[in-house]
Amino acid sequence: MSEFRVLGRHHRKIDAMDRMTGVERYTDDLTLPRMLHCKILRAPIAHGRILGIDTSAALAIPGVEAVITGADLPTPYGIIPWTPDEHALCFDKVRYVGDAVAAVAAVDEETANAAVAAIEVRYEKLPVLDDPHAALADHATLIHERRKPDGSLVTNNISKRVELSFGDLDAAFADAELVVEADYRFHGTTHTPIEPHCALAHADARGILTIWSATQVPHYLHRELAKVLGLPRNRIRVIQPALGGAFGGKSEPFDLEFCAALLSLRTGRPVKCLYTREEVFLAHRGRHPFDMHYRTAFDRDGTIRGVDARTVLDGGAYSSFGLVTTYYSGQLLCSPYRFGAYRFDSRRAYTNKPACGPKRGHGSVQPRFAIEVQLDKAAVALGIDPIELRRRNALTVGERTINEFAIGSYGFLDCLAEVERASGWTERRGKLPRGRGLGVAGSTYISGTNYCIYPTDLPQSGVQICLDRSGRVRVFSGTSDIGQGSSTMLAAVAAEELGVALEDVRVLAADTDLTPVDLGAYSSRITLMAGHACQRAAKDLAFKVRSAVATAWDCDRSDVVLAEGQAMRLSAPETAMPIAEAFVLAEVEFGTLGATGSYQTPREGVHGDYRGATIGASPAYSFTAHVAEVEVDEETGEVQVLQIWAAHDCGRALSPTLVKAQIEGSVYMGAAEAVMEHHHTMPSGLRADGKRRDPGPGVAGLLANSSLLDYRIPTALDTPDITAIIVEHPDPNGPYGAKEAGEGPLHPAIPAIANAIFDAVGVRIDALPITPEKVLAALRARTEAR
Amino acid sequence: MLRLRPLTLHRPTSLAEAIALKSEYGTDATYFAGGTDLLPNLKLLQVDAQVLIALADVAELRGIEAVDDDGGSTLHLGAATRLSTLAADPVVRSLVPSLADAAGRVASPQVRNMATLGGNLCLDTRCRYINQSQLFRDALGGCLKSHGKECHVVPGGQGCVAALSTDTAPLLIALGAELDLLGPDGPRSVPLGRFYSTDGLAHTDLRPGEIVVRVRVPVPAASTHVRNRKWAVRKSIDFPLVAVAVRLDLDPAAPVLTGGRIVVGVLGPRPRQLPLDRFAGASIDEALALQLGDLAFDRSRPLPNVPYDADYRRERLRVEVRRAVRDIAASLEG
Repeated sequence: MSEFRVLGRHHRKIDAMDRMTGVERYTDDLTLPRMLHCKILRAPIAHGRILGIDTSAALAIPGVEAVITGADLPTPYGIIPWTPDEHALCFDKVRYVGDAVAAVAAVDEETANAAVAAIEVRYEKLPVLDDPHAALADHATLIHERRKPDGSLVTNNISKRVELSFGDLDAAFADAELVVEADYRFHGTTHTPIEPHCALAHADARGILTIWSATQVPHYLHRELAKVLGLPRNRIRVIQPALGGAFGGKSEPFDLEFCAALLSLRTGRPVKCLYTREEVFLAHRGRHPFDMHYRTAFDRDGTIRGVDARTVLDGGAYSSFGLVTTYYSGQLLCSPYRFGAYRFDSRRAYTNKPACGPKRGHGSVQPRFAIEVQLDKAAVALGIDPIELRRRNALTVGERTINEFAIGSYGFLDCLAEVERASGWTERRGKLPRGRGLGVAGSTYISGTNYCIYPTDLPQSGVQICLDRSGRVRVFSGTSDIGQGSSTMLAAVAAEELGVALEDVRVLAADTDLTPVDLGAYSSRITLMAGHACQRAAKDLAFKVRSAVATAWDCDRSDVVLAEGQAMRLSAPETAMPIAEAFVLAEVEFGTLGATGSYQTPREGVHGDYRGATIGASPAYSFTAHVAEVEVDEETGEVQVLQIWAAHDCGRALSPTLVKAQIEGSVYMGAAEAVMEHHHTMPSGLRADGKRRDPGPGVAGLLANSSLLDYRIPTALDTPDITAIIVEHPDPNGPYGAKEAGEGPLHPAIPAIANAIFDAVGVRIDALPITPEKVLAALRARTEAR
Repeated sequence: MLRLRPLTLHRPTSLAEAIALKSEYGTDATYFAGGTDLLPNLKLLQVDAQVLIALADVAELRGIEAVDDDGGSTLHLGAATRLSTLAADPVVRSLVPSLADAAGRVASPQVRNMATLGGNLCLDTRCRYINQSQLFRDALGGCLKSHGKECHVVPGGQGCVAALSTDTAPLLIALGAELDLLGPDGPRSVPLGRFYSTDGLAHTDLRPGEIVVRVRVPVPAASTHVRNRKWAVRKSIDFPLVAVAVRLDLDPAAPVLTGGRIVVGVLGPRPRQLPLDRFAGASIDEALALQLGDLAFDRSRPLPNVPYDADYRRERLRVEVRRAVRDIAASLEG
């Protein structure tokens, strides 16, 4: 049986009933006396210079309290400190349809809308670049006018380029048994959280600016607000209320937070800004479209000799996390398989479209699609079972990947075995009825990154815990619970260490005035990092409580355990006292009971020394394998994803129910991206026959589907059956061995579905999404070729 | 969140009162039944109305009744009948099961609980260039249907070709349904098959102030077989991307075709009717399924007006017609 009493057991989220009964308060549920409403004017052209803005008519409308433009917020910002290329409101240029130009605060939303409509902006239109390849080839039309250190203009639209090479690639390809070479396309998707972005700002009479925001990075928002507003950080307080989903779409500052803040400072009144659904789609920061050219060399037995990847990333109008995305597009590919040699060249282009950024599985879902289909093609060509081919390329614990990431635990082989068993792979594959097929894919992901976004030696996560005489435990943490359950994780760790019931732990999270810093909910870092910090603080307090009880019982401290709401004597279990009494004894002895814990990543021996070696390096890596079963209708080309078996190595499942929920949610999202979701701009002009024509004025760069009707996410009826399987290979760097579970389980869904389609009907769809028209065209091409 | 602009709402309790209100306010007012089409269009500023005349309290618009007349029976359906009611009603399910099925495939359960049959037939036309935000339409420079002069679906086109995206009209046309209308000039009736025009800006025959009061659906004879087919990307929520009804009239004595028609929706503003008289005498078999699929394919040209690949929609239409015929053939064998 488990060595734990709370961890590893099934429990519900601590906020589940508040959410289910509708009493949870999200940002838009908050109202303050005299609150104003903010609306933002957005550019109706994809690229142009702002020649002038006339706000006089807007200001003349009764009920309009303030209007601001780019000149009021001139300091650029960006989530990555090296690429601050955004302004809260544009003041020189607009770079996509939807770029923010002005903001108003008015007594109600109708008045604010009317005021926005009354603002007049004169633009000089510039050529629109809506294609990344065209943008990379263009040296005249510059989306960003950047200067080199010597002052000269950067005459290209390259947002970031990363070229890295490991091992002797030419030798790897020179005498390979098989080289698989193909082009892959990932199409671009967005997060679609049900809760739109929302911010409420209140500059109060004490001189404190408080921002409640639907963000997943309160700490970074805190820093950027201070920078852009020119206020000291100790006068800004960021609070993240309950969040209705984020998935990476709220992991950087957005225009509405700066606008609400400045408008509150200007008016002295609280100001709220709530995005429309369209604005959520425009704010985007979703998964980049990737064009990937892959060459992979294999030995006769399926051993991967070398991988050569060339990738163009369509970045949209701003950098966002793009520097990291560009690294991740290559760096996260080197596990769970051993590569003999590896080279990647990734270029991220600026384009006049909504900016791309991090979405669940940041930067590595797209290349994962390419490599896992490459492996499937090799398995077919070499006559090796696709699961067996993956086994033959497994890494080992203690090994370093070709790009020098240290692998501290490795449950991938068990993940493969689990999905092989659960799906009936061996018995069923090749014997399914016509049109049905099975496909497999694997993946890896990070449990946080070794380095913070900005250079610092400060801890990545801090937790403070206080014990109350009533027997309650209070946990203060800067972590963002975005629905993944991080507050429940903290409560479970505290309950485990301090012997209290889960319900007796109160978690106060994500308030920069009250909680120690945690960097936020991104890169799947919280369980590993905040889990460690919480464990340390809780152990510190448990030590004091057990010492005090030992004194009272006149026994050795090691004879006292805290469990199930009591302090108990191990050698004489009939000797026990309620935990509240134990806390009282400790408080008498030590004074008010509080402790802190913090976590900093290991810095030695976890990555290489080359430039960029730290980006993508993590204290611990998770592993996943999927088998997908599909049914292809050969008359319509339609693909039904019937079932996905997903096995995920999360090190140790601290809350198994939540881990399974993360696996299920990930599989849902991945399957949706494979066959349905597509965030895209209008084709640059359509003729009646559907073929492209020259872009009409104002058409290029126009987001085609900025509503929940037209951006199609699967309904319950469209969702495959999902079997979530937990695999536990504890990692020495994880708290209790725990690794991530929120992002990794998404990756294999897409290639597993693509590979299953090949198994079903013998066609490859290498350009996502896998739509009926593509499948039908491929089936016809195959028939004609025969 | 998008706001509904301030509106005046009237809740008349009779048709006469409703029509009088509409006459009073003219084009400033619009009738408001389920609101599932109207309210989003109002929020997106695609429709301009200051006054809503709600029809929810007008009892004359409700009720489902089977009326016997010479030679058969007719289903009388109040225009304000909710689609969820229509889908579940035992009389409808037993007499015209294809209609219950079509109503049950509209949008989502929540929408069907509000949406009405009359509203579904009077659905505004839809297009990827219109059913967008104001920002989008401003950026586009508008189109024939929204403060612009250019059609983006058919460059150079002079008429709006927005699509009628109703799930129920093709089927009801195939069944030979008629509409009872009431307006300031009194009542009149019009066959649904002649209700729609090819003008996407004014695609129904409704005259100013007229209301659809009732839909009369002849109950098909035992020898008439009707199938409704819908294709959309998702199994719920979506408007149809392909909507087609296939009606095969058979010789009561032998399973051969005497007539019938195919009615294709989601092309332009008017469903296309394809009579099947020239197939009289054909057996109901795979050969007919292929022929009728090809007929629908050859005679229909889906446009890039709704948000999906037009070429695929045409291919898909062919398959859906085939499947309708196969389904009828299978039911004859069983």
